[in-house]
Amino acid sequence: MSEVLITLIVELEDRPGQLLKVLQPISALGGNIVGIIHQRGKKTPLNRLPVEISFKIDSSKVENLIKELKSLGIIIRSFNEVKLTATTSVLLIGHLIHTDISDTISSIDTDGEAECVEMHVSMPEISGPSTAIITISASGKEKLKEALEKLREVCRRKEITIIEPVNEELI
Amino acid sequence: MIKIAIIGFGTVGQGFAELLVRKRDEIEKAIGEFKVTAIADSKSSISGEFSLSDTIKMKRETGRLRDDVSAMEIVRNAEYDVLVEASVTKIGGGDAVEYITEALRRGKHVITSNKGPIVADFDGLMKLAEKNGVKLMYEATVGGAMPVVKLAKKYLAFCEIESVKGIFNGTCNYILSRMEEERLPYEQILKEAQELGYAEADPTYDVEGIDAALKLVIIANTIGVSARYEDVEVTGITQITPEAFQVAAEKGYTIRLIAEVSREKLKVSPRLVPLHHPLSIRGAMNAAMFKTDTAGNIFVAGRGAGKEETASAMLSDFYEIYAGSH
Repeated sequence: MSEVLITLIVELEDRPGQLLKVLQPISALGGNIVGIIHQRGKKTPLNRLPVEISFKIDSSKVENLIKELKSLGIIIRSFNEVKLTATTSVLLIGHLIHTDISDTISSIDTDGEAECVEMHVSMPEISGPSTAIITISASGKEKLKEALEKLREVCRRKEITIIEPVNEELI
Repeated sequence: MIKIAIIGFGTVGQGFAELLVRKRDEIEKAIGEFKVTAIADSKSSISGEFSLSDTIKMKRETGRLRDDVSAMEIVRNAEYDVLVEASVTKIGGGDAVEYITEALRRGKHVITSNKGPIVADFDGLMKLAEKNGVKLMYEATVGGAMPVVKLAKKYLAFCEIESVKGIFNGTCNYILSRMEEERLPYEQILKEAQELGYAEADPTYDVEGIDAALKLVIIANTIGVSARYEDVEVTGITQITPEAFQVAAEKGYTIRLIAEVSREKLKVSPRLVPLHHPLSIRGAMNAAMFKTDTAGNIFVAGRGAGKEETASAMLSDFYEIYAGSH
């Protein structure tokens, strides 16, 4: 059994219940949803809405899942499978919300080889600094290093304090 | 008869003198007879014939020593074999650079607790000592009583030291471990540390990571990574929120100010440390993890500051000069 990270972009009709049609089979096969991004600005000429869904799932179940989604008539625009072999956590402190945390996090994933797979934000006061711990998974140590370097760069620009783990060799 | 001159007679200088008095018999048994021939502080001094215990007493009671001869004159003219330099650290080195330089030129051993000169001119001073056939010892500049310098140079001989990761500022470690326990804001814990005497009224030097960075420079040079203070990437602990400990704990981490040196890295910054990792040590402690090629990981920890702790490191240097090679 090995877990993979899937980034799936589907085109959905812009009406209630469509997303659920995609999520149910993923969930039924034991997939763990990591993130869902509605690309509302990128509506197709046929008025369909691209939605990016990231999830972790056992690699042996991927083939069945894709078959299942296709049989339900779901339009798969792209499909990307990444074996996650390297994982680390980093802590971010600063004005995370005001500086667009979703942009901060998506900065690590420019080639689909690294992904933020878990996040916990603590924001005690709306005007004060918030704190988040994020877990990043990547397809290998090198990709993880690259992702961290990109994150450092964004954090420097946004004046976010980044606290990295001391035990990199334990990744 | 080994003759000792002490420059700088504040907490550390007095601590060293007190240990000499208290442990005289053991010391003499190990390295032979010794005598303190001169002591100087920033405004007074004593040399010639005097009682060491009475001089410590006089300094404590009156805040000064018997004579007016300057520290530089003592360094230049007094009769001694080893200079114990314990003046206050100044970034850039200050007068201590001249004291040490002059003593080495005269062919005298030097033991210092002062980071300033060692950071300012590590290579120059080491070469000068070598050229004059004497030793410049600086164990007390890093980690207080915790052995770091002699550990790296002597006990890990022929090991390639790939990296050192350590906690070299007890004040920061106290504040962070209290924040971890109490989940209270930084400012509040800082106040507590100040009341307990763990932090200075102006805590900048400690909490901004400056002190740890100076020590990191010394360790780097000791393990053969040539470094200056300006080369260190420094982040302090003032931005850390109490929630940071909360969210970190959920993933099995705490936060400590870690100084790290390797061939690629020279950095002081708060880091996530696994709760079971030895560097998650609590309280006003120092600790260091040496990663080596042949000896694996070596971990040391101890009290990083304090009068006796620092003096004990200087005494171990004294032993090393006179008995270490026998």
